[in-house]
Amino acid sequence: MREKYVLEYSSAVVDEPVVYTLIKRFDIKVNILRAEISSGQEGSMLVELDGEPERLAESRDYLASLSVTLSPIARSLTVREEECVHCGSCTGVCFSGCLSMDTELWQLRVDRDKCIACGLCVKACPFGVISLRFGE
Amino acid sequence: MSKSYEEINSRIARGEAVVLTADEVSRMAEEAGPAEIARKVDVVTTATFGAMCSSGCFINFGHTSPPLRMESITLNGVPLFGGVAAVDAYIGATEVSPDDPSYGGAHLIEALIRGEELLLKARGKGTDCYPRREIETWISKDLVNEITMVNPRNAYQNYAVATNTTDRVLHTYMGCLLPRKGNVNYSTSGQLSPLLNDPYLRTIGVGTRVFLAGAQGFVSWRGTQFNTLKPRNERGLPESNAATLMLTADVKQMSAEYLRAAYFEKYGVSLYLGIGIPIPVLDEDMAAAVSVRDRDITALVCDYGTEGHPAIARTNYEELRSGSVRIEGKAVRTAPLSSLKKAREIAHALKAQVASGAFPLAPPVAALPERSSVSALSVRERSK
Repeated sequence: MREKYVLEYSSAVVDEPVVYTLIKRFDIKVNILRAEISSGQEGSMLVELDGEPERLAESRDYLASLSVTLSPIARSLTVREEECVHCGSCTGVCFSGCLSMDTELWQLRVDRDKCIACGLCVKACPFGVISLRFGE
Repeated sequence: MSKSYEEINSRIARGEAVVLTADEVSRMAEEAGPAEIARKVDVVTTATFGAMCSSGCFINFGHTSPPLRMESITLNGVPLFGGVAAVDAYIGATEVSPDDPSYGGAHLIEALIRGEELLLKARGKGTDCYPRREIETWISKDLVNEITMVNPRNAYQNYAVATNTTDRVLHTYMGCLLPRKGNVNYSTSGQLSPLLNDPYLRTIGVGTRVFLAGAQGFVSWRGTQFNTLKPRNERGLPESNAATLMLTADVKQMSAEYLRAAYFEKYGVSLYLGIGIPIPVLDEDMAAAVSVRDRDITALVCDYGTEGHPAIARTNYEELRSGSVRIEGKAVRTAPLSSLKKAREIAHALKAQVASGAFPLAPPVAALPERSSVSALSVRERSK
């Protein structure tokens, strides 16, 4: 079972070797896609976690015990679709395949699980309808 | 065979006219030749929905009592051009608020159309005719006199396609261009684009009725930077940005469905506008023109990282729409900047209006120039 999550740390746990523990104790394959530490020393990390479902559940409990919040990447990306005009500007900068055009209807297609939280689409949208919760 | 405007309008009046969108006639052209299309089709509707910076509107606020000669004017903090009589002003789409460079004239125009109230501040020096020196009040489209859109340059015939060969990200009006030819952005609506369906402007000229953001407007003049000297391909289509239109319509009749304020990161504010133009199929030549398909439209990929934006590759709209084009042997992903979905909606809306008789066709009152070129501005000493 493999899923992408955004982990958010408070400054109190930024010194904790979380990734090491996930690998050694829970046998999780961790692929770090993006990591940031903000000026206030809080951290955000986009990771892909791959492991047995029960071990993943234990990992989530471990992270919760450290007050590290864990949210699926799909929930970090918001596209206010009712305001989107389907121009396609965002698709030119999206290399993960999350944002693409349906070439029949020429409508924006959003596959949130493919998002890697690079944030390029947020600035590429001329109408400001895309937001991403990552860091800051 | 040929048809006159009168014949087409009387067929519309009898409910017998065949009106197709430019997409539909391009599909028909896969099987049918110009003779058959000229016989069967009366009108073809074209459309686009994209960024058009050279747009804006005149607004007449009405006089206060005592009156003010409005010389320095802002609306929601955005400066307006007030150098036209006492209470006339021009809202330029790309003018921005000094406090917020992502908010500008385009946002004012959209807000007016949506019926929102905006804060007007104006000052003048005080004269015998206009003794008042300043006002501050709230206006909306129902509280002012005319709001007339007058766009100096819209509906570019075949706009450039953009890429970036430099090593840094470029933020442009053609969107975010990634380094080392990381992407290619295009904006023209291809086979649906108005001026590509009438490449020699036989049916589009001064006085041509157009769909402008939901209102019925008119071509008022040639657009600025009107250029007839661009090389044409074997179908007679200009290979790069050529003709343009100056368009006028009543903003109070517009719909926010077909107009949107935009902000391009580190470039500025622009206005997305929906434009539709019906083209009468007068004869076989016009039938051939409206049969244009994406693959027939040459596009030059220009390097926005080099001064003068030199063309570095040739492609066509079928390839651009496929999602990838080859530049110097490398496959580069493509993305549109204008909304084909919206353009199709406009072409269909216009088709219904034309078929119902609500959008009559007429020959241009005057033709646009057959020969016109664009000069660059030289920085020079004064002539003796």
